[in-house]
Amino acid sequence: MALLEIANLTVEFATATGSLRAVDGINLSVDEGEILAIVGESGSGKSVAMLALMGLLPWTAKVSADSMLFDGQDLLSMDDRQRRKIIGKDISMIFQEPMTSLNPCFTVGYQITEVLCQHFGGSRRSYNNRAIELLHQVGIPAAETRLNAYPHQLSGGMCQRVMIAMMIACQPKLLIADEPTTALDVTIQAQILELLIELQQSHGMALILITHDMAVVAETAEHVVVLYAGQQVEQRSVKELFKSPQHPYSEALLNALPERAQEKLLNAIPGVVPGQMDRPKGCLFNPRCSYAQEMCRQQPPELRDGILCHYPLAMPNPSMRKDPDLDVRTQ
Amino acid sequence: MKQQLIKARNLHKYYAVKSGYLQPAQSLKALAGASFDLYEGKTLAVVGESGCGKSTLARLLTMIEEPTSGQLSIDNIDVAETTEKSIKKQLRQTVQMVFQDPFGSLNPRQKIGNIIQEPLIINTNFSANERHQQVLEMMELVGLRNEHFQRYPHMFSGGQRQRIAIARALILKPKVVILDEPVSALDVSIQAQVINLLIELQQELGLAYVFISHDLSVVRHISDQVMVMYLGKPVEQGPNKAVFNNPQHPYTQALLSATPQADVEGKRQRIKLTGELPSPIDPPSGCAFNPRCQYADKNCQLHEPVMELYGDSRVSCLAVAQQRIGQLKAS
Ligand SMILES: Nc1ncnc2c1ncn2[C@@H]1O[C@H](COP(=O)(O)OP(=O)(O)OP(=O)(O)O)[C@@H](O)[C@H]1O
Ligand SMILES: Nc1ncnc2c1ncn2[C@@H]1O[C@H](COP(=O)(O)OP(=O)(O)OP(=O)(O)O)[C@@H](O)[C@H]1O
Ligand code: SF4
Ligand SMILES: [Mg+2]
Ligand SMILES: [Mg+2]
Repeated sequence: MALLEIANLTVEFATATGSLRAVDGINLSVDEGEILAIVGESGSGKSVAMLALMGLLPWTAKVSADSMLFDGQDLLSMDDRQRRKIIGKDISMIFQEPMTSLNPCFTVGYQITEVLCQHFGGSRRSYNNRAIELLHQVGIPAAETRLNAYPHQLSGGMCQRVMIAMMIACQPKLLIADEPTTALDVTIQAQILELLIELQQSHGMALILITHDMAVVAETAEHVVVLYAGQQVEQRSVKELFKSPQHPYSEALLNALPERAQEKLLNAIPGVVPGQMDRPKGCLFNPRCSYAQEMCRQQPPELRDGILCHYPLAMPNPSMRKDPDLDVRTQ
Repeated sequence: MKQQLIKARNLHKYYAVKSGYLQPAQSLKALAGASFDLYEGKTLAVVGESGCGKSTLARLLTMIEEPTSGQLSIDNIDVAETTEKSIKKQLRQTVQMVFQDPFGSLNPRQKIGNIIQEPLIINTNFSANERHQQVLEMMELVGLRNEHFQRYPHMFSGGQRQRIAIARALILKPKVVILDEPVSALDVSIQAQVINLLIELQQELGLAYVFISHDLSVVRHISDQVMVMYLGKPVEQGPNKAVFNNPQHPYTQALLSATPQADVEGKRQRIKLTGELPSPIDPPSGCAFNPRCQYADKNCQLHEPVMELYGDSRVSCLAVAQQRIGQLKAS
């Protein structure tokens, strides 16, 4: 059985301009010790979906799901107290902005030992050695002396490591990392990703990695969920997705990468992601899709085999699919 | 023969910084010796980690700041030697800049049309009608529609805002455009649109670009020449192919190997960089990279390497000089 199993997760926000569906029917399944990547453009609902799982959304959010099982327990029917026992201990999350999620007023040592106290009880002092061990594990040199450092005295990469140290302090079964390296330099990014994979392997921890970077997906994850405008458009093994994407959006996303350009101009996807006000009829991707047919403009597709498309790309005769009227370049 | 637009020789920029109240000011070497030539229609990419001096270089080239020492010629005119105001003004118009943040760099209270024509109002004597005409032409060139003229920045997506910033930078018909991380804040699919726009504008107008970025896959695609900087100093510079296919400086090699690749076939050998970027106030003696370099020996702590030509690139490294460095396996 999967460690985490989410079916048909939907999140709606009540906003001044009406209801906004930020997450629209997402299914996730993560096995023990597995790395799953969630990839999608800004605003596609990656963070909101995970915050919903953690129960950390504001009251304006309406969360619904057919099921949300963690380690065999039903998170939906659980009361807040039971849920809090799991969240933070068995499931931890590294948030998108490391600088803002460490408390600037407390030392690194205080913040790590505090987490340990909260979950295991006892006095903060008794966890000093464990804190040093943790800082050591995430590759912070001279860990003993860093216990008394405040976040502002550390670089961005160091803060991110401290965050990770705090998150793995309780040896969670599942770690959710929301863009853990986006603000960091490539050499530091490589170090942090390597650290996360190392922890995943040595502790058998499952990892959900949220990113917008296809290259990071390729190098770290086993499975991937591709989101577009709040919807899950494709879910595959990473190897398969990169070899033969089946959703037109996944294909377009991969083809837009500079590495895949055949000539000087890149294969850009025309248009932009629809907003709250200009959601198209039918498939949400249809105005930007080079394969869109009349059906796509009228009817929203249904999820089949993890793919949300009327005409997935593995169809036997691909030349049938291309709509000759739509020239991608000139749009 | 292509026209030479920028000639930079040994540019330095030092800032006086105080580490505390009552402490004497120290000198921070933000840029310590950059030399290059830039020709019409060509792109020089400047890469390196946060704080290595990329934006400082941009401020010197756009004459926002004066170099502490070194020589800068724009359009064959020595900037330091011109005292005449009109010539200075003309040089300023020759080099324009586009910033990273498409949200922060546009005045939210001004209409798009006014944002784009502001440089014309300040720098030229065109009539209101003429200005209006020029703005409309420019908007068309960068793919904005006529009716956008009256709208405010918040009504635009990130990609469109970057188009606005590009239009504003081009309105004075510069010959050189400094692009400081122009696509870093954009999503993959939008990033490709903006890169294509930049490529097309360059081909059409013969613009020269200084393209500042930490995204090596974008740099590899767009640049003719590459300059890799570390702690204020160029460590390797040369033609695109030479730097990417045969990186010689250990830092360039590490940077390339740390860049994730959107490729699921075969894992590459990754060079692990330990430690973090040292402080530019108190840079390591000898070669500034030596504390993180796997090839460093005693000499590297004592002697400062200088740029020398090896093959097609100029490299500043003692180990390269002694031929102690193996080739990075081509990816
Ligand atoms: N508290 C909120 N109230 C209303 N709308 C919200 C709220 N939080 C998020 N949203 C909206 O929900 C949508 C999904 O946002 P989310 O933060 O999940 O995107 P994301 O995929 O994480 O993007 P990014 O890559 O930029 O982090 C967006 O349109 C966002 O504006
Ligand atoms: N006005 C200033 N006064 C003092 N120090 C400065 C000033 N401007 C920049 N610096 C310092 O100079 C160094 C180089 O800064 P710069 O902004 O050029 O880096 P960068 O390569 O553009 O980095 P990033 O990738 O983060 O934008 C940094 O250490 C920075 O803190
Ligand atoms: S349903 Fe149609 S428009 Fe949507 S992605 Fe598939 S082919 Fe394209
Ligand atoms: Mg997010
Ligand atoms: Mg900068």
